[in-house]
Amino acid sequence: MATETTAAEGGHVSPLSLEEAGKCVDSHGGAIGMPQLCGEWMGNQIFWLLVALVVIFFILSRIALPRIASILAERQGSITNDLAAAEDLKAKAVEAEEAYNKALADARAEAQNIVAQAKADIQGDLDEAIAKADAEIAAKSAESEKAIADIRASALDSVKVVAKDTAKEIVASMGSKADAKTVTAAVTARMKG
Amino acid sequence: MATESQDAAEKGAELVFHPMDQFIVKPLFGDGAVGLFTVTNVTLWMAITVICVIALLVLGTSGRSVVPTRIQSIAELCYGFIRKMVEDVAGKDALPYFPYIMTLFIFIVFSNFLGLLPGAFTTTSHIAVTAVLAMAVFLTVTLMGFFKHGLGFLGVFWIGSAPLPLRPILALIEVISYFVRPVSHSIRLAGNMMAGHAVIKVFAAFAPMVMISTGIGLLVTPLSILAITAIYALEVLVAFIQAYVFTILTCVYLKDALHPGGH
Repeated sequence: MATETTAAEGGHVSPLSLEEAGKCVDSHGGAIGMPQLCGEWMGNQIFWLLVALVVIFFILSRIALPRIASILAERQGSITNDLAAAEDLKAKAVEAEEAYNKALADARAEAQNIVAQAKADIQGDLDEAIAKADAEIAAKSAESEKAIADIRASALDSVKVVAKDTAKEIVASMGSKADAKTVTAAVTARMKG
Repeated sequence: MATESQDAAEKGAELVFHPMDQFIVKPLFGDGAVGLFTVTNVTLWMAITVICVIALLVLGTSGRSVVPTRIQSIAELCYGFIRKMVEDVAGKDALPYFPYIMTLFIFIVFSNFLGLLPGAFTTTSHIAVTAVLAMAVFLTVTLMGFFKHGLGFLGVFWIGSAPLPLRPILALIEVISYFVRPVSHSIRLAGNMMAGHAVIKVFAAFAPMVMISTGIGLLVTPLSILAITAIYALEVLVAFIQAYVFTILTCVYLKDALHPGGH
């Protein structure tokens, strides 16, 4: 009775009668006290909660969690692989650097060898050329000396002839007939002295 | 009566306080009574929770990318967060219970955050819901403790490190605290959610004050809007923290069951 009058006073023709809505809601549809303590709603809430929990549990344990676990494991695996690959590449780089350094050192040594070789070759050629030149010079000077000796000898001979002739002429002009043999001997003796 | 309503008409409006109406359970279709299997707003918001869980943890990870997308990395973050919590708090042998704990956490955290949407129904603000969650934890943990350790599980009440004369007294306290666990466990969550939402509604009821009395309203309306904003920010924090607290307490109880007396 009382509720009917309040509903009338409130101006609402509420479809919710107290019998239908229970004692948790007043005729205006407002809450009476704490809706949390309304016993009539608890069964419904618990039922739907259990449904929701079971659904979530099966979704998680059957699909979501194994999938995320596999994704994480896969990622961990690929990170490990990548790290190993990086380690390999690093080792290879170090190797390559060593090879490069070795090649560089080899090239340097070879270059030095070539330079030494070239130096030696040049020195050899030079020595040979010097020796040849020396020999030629020696030959030429020997020839010249011989020529000088020849010239000197022929000059001496000429002097002898000229001296004999001159001596003969001088002797002849002095009035005495000179023995050719004597004059020659005398001139020769004099020239030796 | 007539003068009263005239006064109200002169004022133009009245402040209406219905902070608890947001917790009313209503049938979604029609106005009938709420039976056990009636599809209600509880059903709706729990379904939305389930859909969000599927969206985050199933659809979000469907790419299975090694370099995760944003949603996938959030899903992975949740997974890692709870898994690490179970492992750190309850130990490695608690890992078989990880899907169970993850279910609790993900359900509570989504319900809490969805409840913060304006007009939403907060399922975790109801003691019926949190009590079921807490009782499920309590029963699981207790039964498992006895199943694994037999009567040795009672060692959880017998503090070996305390002096002998004190042990019976401590045992009594421990027994009481053990049985209070599901109560505090459930009321903590429901109470936090309910209180914050009710306070927001109370401040919201003060907000139209400027339409009733301009003088006081100029002061009260901006203040109440500011207060709604502040409480809402706090509630965002509480929504996560309560889910976290519920989960970590579950882990602690699980540890007690797995290693009774191992303090």
